[in-house]
Amino acid sequence: MTILDAHLPVLPVVVPMLIAPLVIMLRPRGLAWAAATATSSMAFLIAMALAAGALDGEAQRYALGAWAAPYGIELSVDSFGALLLLILTGASTLALLAGKASLDQQLEADRQPLFLSAWLLVLAGLSGILISADAFNIFVFMEISSLASYILVAGGPDRRAMPAVFKYLIMGTIGATFYLIGIGLVYMMTGTLNLTDIQVRIQDVSDLRPILVAAGFITVGLGLKAAVFPLHVWLPNAYNFAPHAATVFLAACATKVSLYILLSFDFVVFQQNLIGHEMQFAAFLMPLAVLGILAASAVALFEPNIKRMLAFSSVAQIGYILLGASMVSLLGMTASLMHMFNHALAKGALFMAVMCLAMRFPSLELDALAGAAKRMPWTMGAFVVGGLSLIGIPGTAGFTSKWYLITASMEFGGAGWLLVAVIVLGSLMAVAYIWRVVEVTCFRQPETGPVEVSEAPRLMLTVTWLVALANVYFGLSPWLQTRLAEGGARMLLGEMP
Amino acid sequence: MSAQTTILLALCVPLIGAALIGLAGRVSPNLREAATLSTSLLLIAVVWSLLPDIFAGLRPAVTLSEVLPGISIAFQVEPLGMMFAALASGLWLVNSIYSIGYMRGNREQHQTRFYVMFAVSLAATMGIALAGNLFTLFLFYEMLTLSTYPLVAHKGDPATVRSARVYLGVLIFASIALLLPAIVWTYLVAGTGDFTPGGILAGHIDGPLIGLLLALFVFGAAKAAVMPMHRWLPSAMVAPTPVSALLHAVAVVKAGVFVIMKVIVYIFGVDFLFAAPSSGWLTFAAAFTIIAASLVALRQQNLKRLLAYSTIGQLSYIVLATATLKPLAEVGAAIHMVAHAFGKITLFFAAGAIYTASKKTELGQLHGIGRRMPVTMTAFTIGALSMIGVPPTGGFVSKWFILAGAFQADNYVVLATIILSTALNAAYFLPIIYLAWFGRDRTPPGKEHGEAPFAAVLALAVTAFLTLAFFFFNQPLIELESQLVRGAVAGPEAL
Repeated sequence: MTILDAHLPVLPVVVPMLIAPLVIMLRPRGLAWAAATATSSMAFLIAMALAAGALDGEAQRYALGAWAAPYGIELSVDSFGALLLLILTGASTLALLAGKASLDQQLEADRQPLFLSAWLLVLAGLSGILISADAFNIFVFMEISSLASYILVAGGPDRRAMPAVFKYLIMGTIGATFYLIGIGLVYMMTGTLNLTDIQVRIQDVSDLRPILVAAGFITVGLGLKAAVFPLHVWLPNAYNFAPHAATVFLAACATKVSLYILLSFDFVVFQQNLIGHEMQFAAFLMPLAVLGILAASAVALFEPNIKRMLAFSSVAQIGYILLGASMVSLLGMTASLMHMFNHALAKGALFMAVMCLAMRFPSLELDALAGAAKRMPWTMGAFVVGGLSLIGIPGTAGFTSKWYLITASMEFGGAGWLLVAVIVLGSLMAVAYIWRVVEVTCFRQPETGPVEVSEAPRLMLTVTWLVALANVYFGLSPWLQTRLAEGGARMLLGEMP
Repeated sequence: MSAQTTILLALCVPLIGAALIGLAGRVSPNLREAATLSTSLLLIAVVWSLLPDIFAGLRPAVTLSEVLPGISIAFQVEPLGMMFAALASGLWLVNSIYSIGYMRGNREQHQTRFYVMFAVSLAATMGIALAGNLFTLFLFYEMLTLSTYPLVAHKGDPATVRSARVYLGVLIFASIALLLPAIVWTYLVAGTGDFTPGGILAGHIDGPLIGLLLALFVFGAAKAAVMPMHRWLPSAMVAPTPVSALLHAVAVVKAGVFVIMKVIVYIFGVDFLFAAPSSGWLTFAAAFTIIAASLVALRQQNLKRLLAYSTIGQLSYIVLATATLKPLAEVGAAIHMVAHAFGKITLFFAAGAIYTASKKTELGQLHGIGRRMPVTMTAFTIGALSMIGVPPTGGFVSKWFILAGAFQADNYVVLATIILSTALNAAYFLPIIYLAWFGRDRTPPGKEHGEAPFAAVLALAVTAFLTLAFFFFNQPLIELESQLVRGAVAGPEAL
């Protein structure tokens, strides 16, 4: 066990990466799924162990092949990384567990091993980003996860996924290229790719203009990958047409991992070395965050398809995460990181409920779902709990990050009240678009079709409710996300007040 | 059993009861009703067992968990919350008896859901009443909003759903947009949100900001229906009458004024607020609401809507009295919560009994109904007299204290408002009473009816009796609530 402990930081990548090719060979029905789920669960356990270490307050570093940094490849897991690893592996595991029936429904048996292999590659790639302490390795893992996630999105039976995934691919590639240009510039000026090392060497660079340009490229490139408004256009269709299980997985974590790189780069590398960078960062991202919250919520209000509606809501939620970060204060950053966790819980529950609905309803248009609560009372119950968390009703996880976010805004005094107004307005729009669904599914009579109870498969429903109840648990006792988020925020802000 | 356990029991009993009611509902309606009644009896036993401690001046408290640093789920029993909890739990029993008569008499659908959500609402009410800080209060306040939504939308037809949307929309909008920022603001400047005698805000906030924060609280607690946040109350009248009676005359609306009173007494502090000129607007807002609601009530043709507007006016009596910021007026505000609860629940019971027996809902149909339903209309008359404030009814007692408080503060706006609104109350209630007893019965042949089912009549007789009894027997309550101001206001000089 001690050997395992020492190698813990590298395992989240190694395990799924090694299993992924093997999964392709598991032809017998259900075996590939079992292998993928087991692998994912193992990654989840590893993430928990890493999170436990991060809670103790130590950054866990690992030198690959025992080559010391900055020459060797270094891995490191701090509170922020551990928080996102938890979200990532948790989302993957629960999505696989809940999604078995949905995958069987949407994918032919012989294509499942390929699909699940790609799933594990996404998991490995995203985990790799979170544990890398090296700018170029991050790029490599980003490409691995992106290429595999195009397969996930396109893997479903819906042919409309093709144009969606093409858009996703083009924009994702542009984003990755921008990032590559950025780190190229940084490498040119500093001669190193290790993040900690860049931070040290950058102080000796006399001409900061290329670094500034690099910061611009990296911020915009990652903003694209993270679907920051107005660079979000790839997201709604990609989420909407992907297989339901993949949507649960990707919606909970994919964009957040991009935000992780964005924040790590901007705060750890650039913030303390570029003069006035925090102003540039805040002045650039805060308006986008505000616009994202308002515009995407407004679109969600009028979106007739509930899966697409939730996708737009995700764009708005990215706005909240960014808003907290762009305040450049401890409270704001804590709120931002907490919201990553809380939003993953809330959206996870909601998309799982949608997956349950899709098992029984051919269409996810709101009008077609009239009376759904009578046919699937438990599913809609979970949907309501997830929705309350998304809105930020006290007693749910979503409330805790809203509380931090409002407190952080108020710290600004006068102008902060405008931000409070934005947060409140966004929450109220969330009330409206969630309640629209509740009203139609609970009170409108279905025009045709059976009205007797026919719930989703037992396993799917159980996991959905597990996530819904996790929203309540982490709303009443948010120790985990608060402590990890605060540790992460302290790390990001470094010496800054 | 320690007081701490009792507090937690008061929260758990209705929740466990809700689960049992739900299970029993699958077996038989009779078992379900038995579960409701025994849960409410148990809740009374639990809540009322706290009374001796509070009279003795103790303030039992319990902290459940710390949610965020400095922000915990905590409970503390003090006179105001004790009174609210005792009132709501006591009337729940009466209301449950009434519900059985009403729901069966009208053959309503989804009765199990109705009783389950009712119990959950009561749990939320207990949480509000016993909350020890603003955060906990807010938690249960939202829970009450959400758990009453299915009760309001009970019928489920499009018109009802539309009204329920107004209900939820106004309450959620106000609580998220106004109440939540107010609470966060309070925590930010004062560093705590614990309800503390004498308040916590003195020295942390000054000038016009006091008035602004007060406004966020008062309008944020939209359940108190201070205009323009009153729209939800008439909309909520689409609910079955027992819901209107207990929730929209007692639990929900009183939760609103309760928040305002708690905030003024324990967060701002009465003396601090009295010295702040920017808080003066509240008196005028409440006065305006009283007069405007009474004028609108004059024009109503539907009995339940009339009662809704009367409730809006009566709630603002409590706000007005609280805003007078003098000891006697605070006591008046507290006991008006009780007096109005007895009177208004009687009126709603009567309205529901009339509907159950005869399907009559409009004022124009009530001619001569007193002869067909003498018990119901006697109770209605008593309730109406209490609304006007005529002795020997409970409404007179609280009005007396409020007037005394107004004299204490030399506040002539309050005096004039009360006098004018008493006249208006009389103007819309007395004609109904007159027509009911002395009008010519125009019930078409074949639609003859007598009294409502026995359970309903029994319940309204009990509350009418309470309305009368409160006039003669109110000393313990006044003593209890005097503790409130003795703790909060420097010196017991006025009492």
